[in-house]
Amino acid sequence: MTSYLTAMATFGAIYAILALGLNVMWGMAGMVNLGIVGFYGFGAYISALLTVNGHTPIALGFLAAMVGTAIMSALVTLGLTRLRDDYLAIVTLGFAEAVRIIAENEIWLTKGTDGISGIPQPLKSTLGPDFNLAYLVFCLVVLAIVLFVLERVRTSPFGRVLRAIREDPQVAAFAGKDVLKFKVKAFAIGGAVAGLAGALYAHYSSYIVPEIYVPLLTIYIFLALTAGGIGNNWGAVIGAFVVVFFLESTRFLIGVIPWFSAEQLAALREFLIGLGLLVVLLFRPRGLLAEQRPRLVGRAP
Amino acid sequence: MLEKALQFALNGLMAGTVLAVPAIGLTMIYAVLRFVNFSVASHMAVGAFAGYILNVWLGLPAYLAIFGALIGAAAVGVASDHVGLRLLRGQSALTLAIASIAVNIMLESTIRFFFGSSPRDYAIPLQRDWVIGAFKIGPQQLENVVIAVVAMAFLFLFLSLTITGKAMRAVADNPMLADSKGIDPDHMARLAIGIGMGLAGVGGMLVGLDTSIDPQVGFRAILSVFAAAVVGGLGSVPGAVVGGLAIGLAEELSLLALPATYKSVVGFLAIVLILTLRPSGLLGART
Repeated sequence: MTSYLTAMATFGAIYAILALGLNVMWGMAGMVNLGIVGFYGFGAYISALLTVNGHTPIALGFLAAMVGTAIMSALVTLGLTRLRDDYLAIVTLGFAEAVRIIAENEIWLTKGTDGISGIPQPLKSTLGPDFNLAYLVFCLVVLAIVLFVLERVRTSPFGRVLRAIREDPQVAAFAGKDVLKFKVKAFAIGGAVAGLAGALYAHYSSYIVPEIYVPLLTIYIFLALTAGGIGNNWGAVIGAFVVVFFLESTRFLIGVIPWFSAEQLAALREFLIGLGLLVVLLFRPRGLLAEQRPRLVGRAP
Repeated sequence: MLEKALQFALNGLMAGTVLAVPAIGLTMIYAVLRFVNFSVASHMAVGAFAGYILNVWLGLPAYLAIFGALIGAAAVGVASDHVGLRLLRGQSALTLAIASIAVNIMLESTIRFFFGSSPRDYAIPLQRDWVIGAFKIGPQQLENVVIAVVAMAFLFLFLSLTITGKAMRAVADNPMLADSKGIDPDHMARLAIGIGMGLAGVGGMLVGLDTSIDPQVGFRAILSVFAAAVVGGLGSVPGAVVGGLAIGLAEELSLLALPATYKSVVGFLAIVLILTLRPSGLLGART
């Protein structure tokens, strides 16, 4: 039971980091990314390939995952940040599918659907059975650092400009802000965080395979962020843990129903995830923790 | 090589004609409701399975079962909109798009719950390909193209000749003006969703007739459908036809250089290319 809870908490932390990455793009800068899973997978593959094929230290894998995914995110958005939301949604969804299809087919590099196994786990031989618990602590520390940094970003002048762009890009441009540059930067930061989450997962499970990186995972993260509160970093974290708890508790709940097949139970869980997202959008669109806006000085007329 | 290319081009035109049907569905809903409805994917699957029930369980031929796909997907579309997305009208296009993804998951998992996810085949006679000169055409493929063309022809007649069709175009053109002329926007929205999702259902069954069906039959095609609608210009019905043909051609011709698994990546690249060069699409006017 302890090991189960440890594993769930680790997933919660990794999803929380991913949700924080999405929050930079979508929550702060207002650019939707329906392909967040693609950036997550991209980071995982970079770190896995470097450490497995290149035998580099794990730390370098993490760094490369962040930098590589940041560069990729910037490239993806460069020509597209002027697009309206709905176009960006389509393009990012397509990006994630492209990443997955390439990972499935470029077997010489990624071993295709067999996946990459034997991804080194940090200090695994020293820690032995304590590895999982230690890795959870590591993930929580990383989460705390990311949360701290992104809170700083959010309250910084940079974060204010992002909010301004989100609310009205034209006004922001009129105020002399280079909207394109800010958007690309926001996407790059969010991408780096997503890539970091990907590397965290790869070196935790030690095995990655393209089928992990399906759109359903993106939906989990969207549910986490909308349930937690779009634009609110703490909300993203809480939302991610809520979603993992929700996913696991439905596993238990429907586990006690004996007359359904495993396939049907999986379908039922997916249905509940969809329903959860719809219900949040309908009844609590601002999430559990609404975004804290900076207080205006003085009294409104 | 040239013969091969021509054969691929022929296949591409046929695939593109079929692709245009759900792309019109997507683009019509966009034109009237102004958001990208991702649940087109699951409605393709709904149509495919509604047709499957008529075709395999009740033994109707494919060209009759397709009506089941049309009506089934239209009914589910109107119903799912009524209890879900309708309540979010007036919210941002993005909120609606994300909500439509939630609806998509719910419908897809419902189908999966009842039918499982292993692929199923329609009960259609196995026929030898016709050989005409250097070309090969599958009779079923040709039937699919005919069904697609008939469906599109009826749609164009509806949009250009009937009062309701004209009203719908008016709403797409200028919702405020249409409203002031007394056109009921809710009614038009319901109609656009019914027709759009019905067409998605037809498209889903046509795609399934060519391969096999499972709950993800629509989702696998959705990048190509989006590509067709975006390349043609989101919101433009003739654009969706042109876009469908263009994407069908591009995907099939890509087989000359790439393995078949990269087909949907071609669709994605087409989206990126057109959005970079001409964001309003080939025939789109609105930006």
